[in-house]
Amino acid sequence: MLFRRSISVYILSLVIGLFMSVSMSMPAQAQLEVDITRGHTNPTPIAIPDFLNAHPETAQISKDMAKVIRDDLERSGLFAVLDPASYIEKQTDINYQPKFADWRLIKAKALVSGRIVRESENRLRVEFRLWDIYGGEQLDGLRFATTPDNWRRIAHKVSDSIYKRLTGESGYFDSRIVYISESGNKVNRKKRLAIMDQDGANPQFLLGGADLVLTPRFSPSTQTVTYLSWETGRSQVYLLDIETGRREILGNFPNLTMAPRFSPNGTKLIFSMSKGGNSDIYVMDLKSRSTQRLTTDPSIDTSPSFSPDGRKIVFNSDRGGSPQLYTMNANGSNVKRLSFGDGRYTTPVWSPRGDLIAFTKSLNGQFHIGVMGAADGKGERILDSSYMNEGPTWAPNGRVILFSREGRGANGRSSIWSIDLNGQNLLKVPTSGAASDPAWSPLLP
Amino acid sequence: MKTRYILLGSIALTLSACASTPEVEEVVETEPVQQELPPPVVEPAPEPVVQAPPVVQEVYTGPPPGTAEHFKYVSGDDRVYFGYDRYDLSSQARDVLRKQSEWLNQYGQAIVVVGGNCDERGTREYNLALGARRADAVKAFLVSQGVNPSRITTVSYGKERPIAGESNEAAWALNRNAHSSVMVGGNTRS
Repeated sequence: MLFRRSISVYILSLVIGLFMSVSMSMPAQAQLEVDITRGHTNPTPIAIPDFLNAHPETAQISKDMAKVIRDDLERSGLFAVLDPASYIEKQTDINYQPKFADWRLIKAKALVSGRIVRESENRLRVEFRLWDIYGGEQLDGLRFATTPDNWRRIAHKVSDSIYKRLTGESGYFDSRIVYISESGNKVNRKKRLAIMDQDGANPQFLLGGADLVLTPRFSPSTQTVTYLSWETGRSQVYLLDIETGRREILGNFPNLTMAPRFSPNGTKLIFSMSKGGNSDIYVMDLKSRSTQRLTTDPSIDTSPSFSPDGRKIVFNSDRGGSPQLYTMNANGSNVKRLSFGDGRYTTPVWSPRGDLIAFTKSLNGQFHIGVMGAADGKGERILDSSYMNEGPTWAPNGRVILFSREGRGANGRSSIWSIDLNGQNLLKVPTSGAASDPAWSPLLP
Repeated sequence: MKTRYILLGSIALTLSACASTPEVEEVVETEPVQQELPPPVVEPAPEPVVQAPPVVQEVYTGPPPGTAEHFKYVSGDDRVYFGYDRYDLSSQARDVLRKQSEWLNQYGQAIVVVGGNCDERGTREYNLALGARRADAVKAFLVSQGVNPSRITTVSYGKERPIAGESNEAAWALNRNAHSSVMVGGNTRS
């Protein structure tokens, strides 16, 4: 089994004195901002030259880092990355102010200039500055220290910084996706637990692949994953430490357990358990290992998901005659139906911002990924529809949703897609083979 | 024996024809008389025109009794099928399950794992719960037919174990099932 090299390798992110006093004062010019909800219609043109580099050992990394940042920002849909071949000014020192006129000429609104300093064989220093071309000022300047093999994460951290500075919201680029790697046709499908970076890089298997595994989810700590496995012949909830590879069966209940998810602070696990065919929702305190039953209805109750403040739970039940979404308090009281639209609603997931529920809905032979208001189920929006869409998962900032899509027929393959909350910017996540059941990690530390 | 009586009858007729008295004297042999038949006239066998039909033999040709294959053979199927989003048993399903329970009651050492399955027209987690429902419906019926519940384990595979890969009504109908998988004498399940 391959485990990713410890990512706790030090990343010193120092907001240090890279801010320069830019004497140019342009009071009439509003500072560059990117509208996160409407930015897609008019993506902000941004220039990202290859990072400056003075050592042959880091020549490739200086090009690759800029490429990763370009791809991150381009895929966000909020930015239009300008072709590096069109750049007029070739900076040789990022500590000098760029020639704004040169960048205005190619219509860039923002410029990212960076450099890599190889301090030793095992230590790089990465610096970047974000410039507002029309405002004529530096918006951000950060320095990171890391090991050379960790350059991708630094690139994602630079992307997150740029995103945050320009949109006002935290990014999601330095994060990972745990998912199910698939092979074989539908009647002979093999499924294997895997993990990759948010952009599809660094895919690695987390388990051998002998047993059926489904629905992995991250803990907020990003170190632990919960998933479902048939390792013992029946479905049971497992916990896996992805750093050490240590795994355990949660509780080892005599009944079938399913649909596990962590509480927002990671101290509890919520799941459903089937006794005598009837599935109900339970919550387990991971420290004391005490379990509390939250629903007692004789119908199917499954797919629970906590609100980000941990006080409420949204879940799936067919108590009303067909699968619909319900909310309840964290102790199981005050059950209210949330979904009232046409169709069958399943797999609710509470947004990290707290205001929305993402769901899967089947209607008229299609499966739709959508969102609705968490408080009252109102304002339903369908983001994407296909023969088989399911299992939404939120980006750490709640602006992007990933989901699984499976094709028709015996050879119908699974793939992972991302879409923005406004229903725009549908993109396939690059995976080395067929893939399903994505779960987004929180931002990495 | 039949041949022998006909033979005796023809001897009696010959005797009466030779008698002078008009009364017909019936010769009734109470005890069968054993006589040698004349040797058969051997004639060359005629060329067979039509192959004689094979003799129907009452010989069992199914799988060895007591095996998992035998269970499926005598029950008619090791699966029962469900309607869309349903877990109630049809009369057809009950007929199959009655035969399954008869077999299980006959082979008391066998244990059975009932796996609930769903078609692909549902999401993964809902289907796991629905599959558990289906498996349990089968277990409850088998128990009602006298099978000890301790011999029955239920599992759910949701939509993860389809037997038909196509995306059409016929395939979905096949994939909505509960599969009774018997294990006999330490044999592992296939």
